[in-house]
Amino acid sequence: MAKFNKKKDGDLPAVSTASLPDIVFMLLFFFMTVTTMKDSTLMVENTLPNASETKKLEKKDRVIYIYVGKPTSQYTKVFGTEPKIQLNDKFANVSDVGDFILQERAKKPQELQNVLTTAMKVDKNANMGLISDIKQELRKVNALKVNYTTFEGDAFRNLQ
Amino acid sequence: MPRRGGPPEVNAGSMADIAFLLLIFFLVTTTIETDSGLDRMLPPIEPPDTDVVIKQKNIFTVNINKNGQLLVEEELLSLQQLRQAAIDFLDNGGDGTCNYCKGRKEASSSDNPTKAIISLKNDRETKYGTYITVQNELVGAYNDLRNREAQRLFGRDFTDMEAEFLNPETPSSVRDDLKDKVKRIQDLFPQKLSEAETNTN
Repeated sequence: MAKFNKKKDGDLPAVSTASLPDIVFMLLFFFMTVTTMKDSTLMVENTLPNASETKKLEKKDRVIYIYVGKPTSQYTKVFGTEPKIQLNDKFANVSDVGDFILQERAKKPQELQNVLTTAMKVDKNANMGLISDIKQELRKVNALKVNYTTFEGDAFRNLQ
Repeated sequence: MPRRGGPPEVNAGSMADIAFLLLIFFLVTTTIETDSGLDRMLPPIEPPDTDVVIKQKNIFTVNINKNGQLLVEEELLSLQQLRQAAIDFLDNGGDGTCNYCKGRKEASSSDNPTKAIISLKNDRETKYGTYITVQNELVGAYNDLRNREAQRLFGRDFTDMEAEFLNPETPSSVRDDLKDKVKRIQDLFPQKLSEAETNTN
């Protein structure tokens, strides 16, 4: 019996912390991979429509984003419920779009300035009137390549 | 008695394995978000120098009203029928110069896919979602036809080839090869989608 009693000697065994670095690194890697850098907070509702014939938007450095949608609940008191344009972190008017594109274009390296794409992230409940105005502005500044950003999915779901 | 020196340590040797297992699990299951969407070219603002005369039968007009209803070639059409109607129009080959067309060769419809133009008009009140659905169906019609020709000529889908061509990770030797093929298919069914200015009334 002496054999068994021996076990009760001493303190509690210390939990080995040798693997703690591994766990920490694992978490670090996990967050490193899933985080996408967000350069502007959305101030508009942005439920994108669905489309099936999409193309991937490669090379993020060649893309200028324009957001359109209803202002989110915290802004409705000031800006109302009509769809608005958001450029970077500000609400803007249609007339500002051209200037914005030119500014953004000037910030990009010379060799990329001709191959820029304008990605339009538009809420599916927005009206086409505003979009046509934006398109007209884009044509004025010769930003002809646009991408209507959508979710991958069945396009007929947009109609509901 | 070997254990006299105190309680045994917990073996932590396999902890690293477990950590890596989890790491790999998360790596595989999380997708880094890439944006995707419909690529379109806007028409340049300067009007072309010469007025091009286009025969009415080579234009496929699509009108969307504010309730999201479609008027295609002066007829009310449902969104589900649009893709087939567009395919029929593009693939018609009315003047017989198109040897790869499989359409009905009606004289009242388009002469040749290279001449066929789809004109899309919408109301200012049209919902953006509806507009995207229509765009999607029209692009889909082009893609269906291009896929058909790509299958016939190269044995693989056009959309697949194009995606590989546009992917920056594709080696340049493969890209050069694909470039010609993609170009050739695009020339067979050039995407001529004109977006007229919207109706104000």
